Amino acid sequence: MMNKTTNYNHIPKEKFELVNHGERISDKKFEDKPIGYLKDAWLRFRKNKSSIVAAIIILCIVLFSLVTPLAIQNYDSTFMDVFYAKKPPRNSVLSNIGIADGGINRDFSDRGLMKAIAIGMGAEDREGTGLVTLSQGLESPYQPMLHIGEGKEVSEIKGAKPKVVYPGRIETYLEVGFLYRSIPQSEYQDILAWQEETGLQVLYPLVEDNEYNMDATDANNWYKADRRGTPVITTGGQDDTLKLDFEDGALTLEDNYKRDADGNPVYFEYTGGGNHDTAQYKVRVLYYNYYQYRNGFTPQYLLGTDSQGYDLALRLAGGIRLSLMLSVCVSIINLLIGAIYGAIEGYYGGTVDIAMERVADILANVPFVVVATLFQIHLAGKVGAIPSLLFAFVLTGWIGIASRTRTQFYRFKGQEYVLAARTLGARDRRIIWKHIFPNSLGTLITSSVLIIPGTIGSESMLSYLGIVKLGTAEVTSLGNLLSDASAVWTNYPHLLLFPAIVLSLLMICFNLFGNGLRDAFNPSLRGVEE
Amino acid sequence: MTKYVIKRILLMILTLFVIMTMCFMLVRILPRELPTDKNLQAVLEARWEALGYNEPLLMQYLIYLKNIFTKWDFGTSWYIAFRQPAWDVLTDRLLPTVLVNFYSFLLSVPLGIALGILAAVKKNQWQDHLISTSVMVFVSVPSYVYGFLVQYIFYFKLGVLPLTVSSLADAGGSWFSWKMFYSMIPPIIALCFSQVAGLCRYTRAELTETLTSDYMLLARTKGLTRGQATTRHALKNAMVPILPMIISTFIGILAGSMIIEQIFAIPGVGQLYIKSINLLDYDVFMMDTIFYTFIGLLAGIVVDISYGFIDPRIRMGQKK
Repeated sequence: MMNKTTNYNHIPKEKFELVNHGERISDKKFEDKPIGYLKDAWLRFRKNKSSIVAAIIILCIVLFSLVTPLAIQNYDSTFMDVFYAKKPPRNSVLSNIGIADGGINRDFSDRGLMKAIAIGMGAEDREGTGLVTLSQGLESPYQPMLHIGEGKEVSEIKGAKPKVVYPGRIETYLEVGFLYRSIPQSEYQDILAWQEETGLQVLYPLVEDNEYNMDATDANNWYKADRRGTPVITTGGQDDTLKLDFEDGALTLEDNYKRDADGNPVYFEYTGGGNHDTAQYKVRVLYYNYYQYRNGFTPQYLLGTDSQGYDLALRLAGGIRLSLMLSVCVSIINLLIGAIYGAIEGYYGGTVDIAMERVADILANVPFVVVATLFQIHLAGKVGAIPSLLFAFVLTGWIGIASRTRTQFYRFKGQEYVLAARTLGARDRRIIWKHIFPNSLGTLITSSVLIIPGTIGSESMLSYLGIVKLGTAEVTSLGNLLSDASAVWTNYPHLLLFPAIVLSLLMICFNLFGNGLRDAFNPSLRGVEE
Repeated sequence: MTKYVIKRILLMILTLFVIMTMCFMLVRILPRELPTDKNLQAVLEARWEALGYNEPLLMQYLIYLKNIFTKWDFGTSWYIAFRQPAWDVLTDRLLPTVLVNFYSFLLSVPLGIALGILAAVKKNQWQDHLISTSVMVFVSVPSYVYGFLVQYIFYFKLGVLPLTVSSLADAGGSWFSWKMFYSMIPPIIALCFSQVAGLCRYTRAELTETLTSDYMLLARTKGLTRGQATTRHALKNAMVPILPMIISTFIGILAGSMIIEQIFAIPGVGQLYIKSINLLDYDVFMMDTIFYTFIGLLAGIVVDISYGFIDPRIRMGQKK
């Protein structure tokens, strides 16, 4: 045994052989690419289906807000038409599949139905003959009634004669029908030329203001009717109330057109003004064609029009842009202020921390709505409503971020690697931003994303309450659209529906997206709600 | 503990004082509007002069503080309720706000906790997915959307509930009459959505955590059934953070929801706030601001202190 050991100690040098002569010994190279913090987070985020869906929906909404102004070439967001205000969606392509036909469902009395149908009959009667029949009127392209249901008897009042109502669907753009307009002489000549050129009739005969016209301001009352609006026939020498039978296609109404001495219908009336340019004429126009004459296109509003007559789709797109831009700005500014403030607080601790925490505490306890109100009252006149709203959001919004950063700093500042860095001579600034701050990056990104839905929600609430007034001819916010709609939404639900859907979708999706981010950045926090 | 409470209360008074001072300065430098009526103008100007509204700002504030401490006088309303003390104007509106919010609190707390428990117990099953998804939706959607939905469904479609809250005269002169309660149902429902969702989410998160704790395993090994272990051990521990949240919601009842009050025409403090801005009734605005700030601060303190009472293991304000 001993001998053998001794032998080992005396192995001749030449018997040794180097295993890898001339090669460096090093770790094996990674076959994969290294996965960094962000890539790791992305891999986790990708697995979260609801967040991905939310991100896609957000992207779609953003795209909608950017593409809509480009897609609508005929007019911009300042284009408005008061007579087509609060109208439901209307689009010639989509109406073929039964949506966006500009119609609403309504129950009609027989007089109401007659009045609607008479618009179509009047529109067919270009020469003012009064000979257009019911069936001709129903086939007119200007006929507002899209669908007329079977009449049914309803009795709302006990003891009274039951009424007949007709459920129907009416095209609200054509329902506007005829309007009296006051136009200069030059425009009158222009319209005549345009009529020749396009073959579309704009000017229709004026109507007599007599006992057969129950409302002389309403240009749709072109037929003779009694005080209650039931059509009458006077040819028999006396007023015979017409029996309304909508099955009778040959039914005609007796016209009440203004006629000159020769019996020709009168198309215009001089109302005042001295010379060629200022002379004003009262005319009766078919508004649908007059709109085409004025603008060169037919009314097409994908989401309808808002309460003032702007295109709702454009207003909505503008509102989304404004709300998103505001909230992203707020989020970025809050992130910057909060991160710096929290870092200083957390890193230095002690008296600095106590003093700064007190300031933050006081600011955090001012009710946000009070801050927003005071900023609006004091600043809105000087710097505008949007910047003052931005200031209000920034004044208190960073506190959450700051406290999160502070917590992270307290957690990490005592750790050995920080001590090592300090021993090696790193300055405070380098330790703060290079060594400790990256630890809180995930939390900060998450909370600044979650600021976005909060800001959108608060903005819409303030606008709705009327504390902030962001609506102008150029821009509007989502909350402003809602608050405009709130007074009239019971009659025009689409005014409220579209902004509310977009707003709710944005809020839900940003929250889901933020939660997905949080899970991805801090997998240990999964499922913990804040 | 007592020391901690006193410290917190002192801090609260300090914070309140600073906020009050800032708001007072910002409000008082605003120009006051006189009514168009000449006689009334003279009367008001004389009153304002006598009340020291034309003094330098600091003097005004000292007068304001003096009046609060000596006479509990927070100023006067000039537009909303002519020459009534601002304190009375506010307290008159408190009851409707508190009532509506209290009813919805009574409804939403049991519902929220029950749904949260269900979701936690059935974690990752369809009940949990259903509850969690709806919670996400209900937490995100702004409260006035519920307001409109409730009005649309219950008033326009079904026609079973009124559109807005009845006025006091309509409901027989009492806030507690049956008719008043009936007209308050729509805002109660609208308020419930987000409260239930918030509470449910919180309960689910807390209970899920306690359900996976080691002591639950021990309880099961001792022979308790899952139901017994959940009710006797997990639920009790989960309640430690949930109860303070309920308490803070309860205090928040006083502040109410401005937007719901606006939609349903509830004559409460939120509506008073909006009115005071629109009419520029500054003393009422100040009063409402102080009120909101105080409620917020109070909720914070009570929540922090309640931790110590609910769970004796938590020692407030002591160094580790």
